[in-house]
Amino acid sequence: MSGVISYQEWTEEQKYEQFIKRIEAGEKIEADDWMPEDYRLTLIKLISMHGISEIMGALPEKEWVPKAPSLKRKLGIMAKVQDEMGHGQLLLRVAEDLMKPLGKTREDIMQDLFSGRLKFHNVFHMEAPTWGDAGLIGWLVDGAAIITQTNMLNASYGPYARALKRICAEEVFHAQHGEAIIMALAEGTDEQRAMVQDAVNRWWEALLMFFGPGDATTTGTSKQDTTIKYKIRTKTNEELRQDFFTKYIPRVLSLGLTVPDETMQFDQQQNLWVYKQPDWNKFKDIIKNNGPKSKERLGLRQTAYDTNEWVRDALNTAN
Amino acid sequence: MNKPDNKPFDPAIKSALTALLYQLADDDFILAYRGSEWLGLAPHIEEDVAFSSISQDTMGHAAMFYQLLEDLGEGNIDSLAHGREASERKNAVLLEMVNGPGHYLSTAQYDWAFAVVRNYFYVQAKKVRMDSLKNSSYQPLADVALKVNMELYYHLLHWKTWFVQLMQAGGEARPRMEAAIKKVLGDFEGVLTLGPLGNEIAEHGLIEAEERLKQRWLFMMEPVFESVNLSVSESVFAMKNGNGRKGEHTADLDAALSTLSEVYNVDPAASW
Repeated sequence: MSGVISYQEWTEEQKYEQFIKRIEAGEKIEADDWMPEDYRLTLIKLISMHGISEIMGALPEKEWVPKAPSLKRKLGIMAKVQDEMGHGQLLLRVAEDLMKPLGKTREDIMQDLFSGRLKFHNVFHMEAPTWGDAGLIGWLVDGAAIITQTNMLNASYGPYARALKRICAEEVFHAQHGEAIIMALAEGTDEQRAMVQDAVNRWWEALLMFFGPGDATTTGTSKQDTTIKYKIRTKTNEELRQDFFTKYIPRVLSLGLTVPDETMQFDQQQNLWVYKQPDWNKFKDIIKNNGPKSKERLGLRQTAYDTNEWVRDALNTAN
Repeated sequence: MNKPDNKPFDPAIKSALTALLYQLADDDFILAYRGSEWLGLAPHIEEDVAFSSISQDTMGHAAMFYQLLEDLGEGNIDSLAHGREASERKNAVLLEMVNGPGHYLSTAQYDWAFAVVRNYFYVQAKKVRMDSLKNSSYQPLADVALKVNMELYYHLLHWKTWFVQLMQAGGEARPRMEAAIKKVLGDFEGVLTLGPLGNEIAEHGLIEAEERLKQRWLFMMEPVFESVNLSVSESVFAMKNGNGRKGEHTADLDAALSTLSEVYNVDPAASW
């Protein structure tokens, strides 16, 4: 083997170059492969936030699972929220593998959630006071999620890309489930129609925020440059937001609903939607767990975690 | 009496049949509701996924039983599920009891030991019923029982695994489980009884007699109890909080019904 140095003897720079070459060539990085530290940390942050958002995302819908107005809707929303928990589980497994070399576990993820170090998506801090919100979450929040997740289907990190493939397939069903609820309401009584319009008005700003700020100047930090550099995603936040408008504005209008932004219009020359920016200071505040329902939902999760401590202890002694 | 081929039913058979179907439908419906309140609060995420899958199956079973009632002219499935008062419900009281202290959206401190014991004991009783119903004189019910039974195998395995594991664990688990067993058995007779028309239900061959089903439940459970060093005598089976088959219920059911029918009641005639 003279003349060939083994991989263990490569310098960090050589490993980095090789890594970049691999992702440039469209190869997938796997859990046990060498990866730059900031790639690993970016992925851990992204995927644990995504995973925990799926889990916290069950809570706004949780209210409507027992309350769904027919057996068919009860079964539909039960299946939907179960899927979301399943996505959370799948993603946390991916994050756990990335965290292993750092000596961290799922317990750390949960503790980081409770302490506020680990954030969850802005939309899941919001109130969902009516059945209209239950429909809207399935239709537009999941619709927005499909857009951001599709953007990462070819992510350079193989385990994440594979998890997203399965998640996106299920999210399509969720969006259909949400759309079916919304259509029934939009075609229903005056009270039902008002329920949907209220929900659209209530969620509009949160939906714009969902894609994140246009660039770092808005909120001080943005991971989008790093994730694009490492081929975890392709489009920018603003491009995704525009895709969302293009897909959903016509659908909202076709149901006879309006969006609560009079300035909203498609500018033919720029080939862009023009819209009123959400209040990004409010966004920053919401994801610091100061949203309308942040404390209550974290409290519920923390209480359940504490109440079940004896069960986890029992499982540990049994194993 | 094989198919509901539009021939008029003997009224005595029909009342026995509907009495049985209401028990089967209401039992699954209310327990699936209690399961759905647990969503997001189970001991770990894997369990959350599994438990919500079971609750979903159970709600699906309730829908199938309500459909049989609808086919018999008792009203449409959604009004049967959402529009009946507590006094009209025939579920066992054990299944309507709250999961533990607190509200499902804010302060829930639910009791996992109670969840495991209630579900395990109930699912075994349901399994015994479905096995018997496969030979029901009412063919549409026998057909549904066959479908339900396929999913019950997994439900039973799931709850049995939890039961054995927690009974054999050290620490707080055993005393918590024993307290839950005491509570569940105190109302378990309410699950096993076929209600005021029990004799008629058996005589018409809709399902076997109550006592046979009960003995079969004990026969299935005894080896498991032995394996975890637990002795259970049927003398402790009771209906401390009332006989749900007679429409006797607790305030827990009233609260549950007002939650689960809140949206339905906004406009019961509307399409949702």
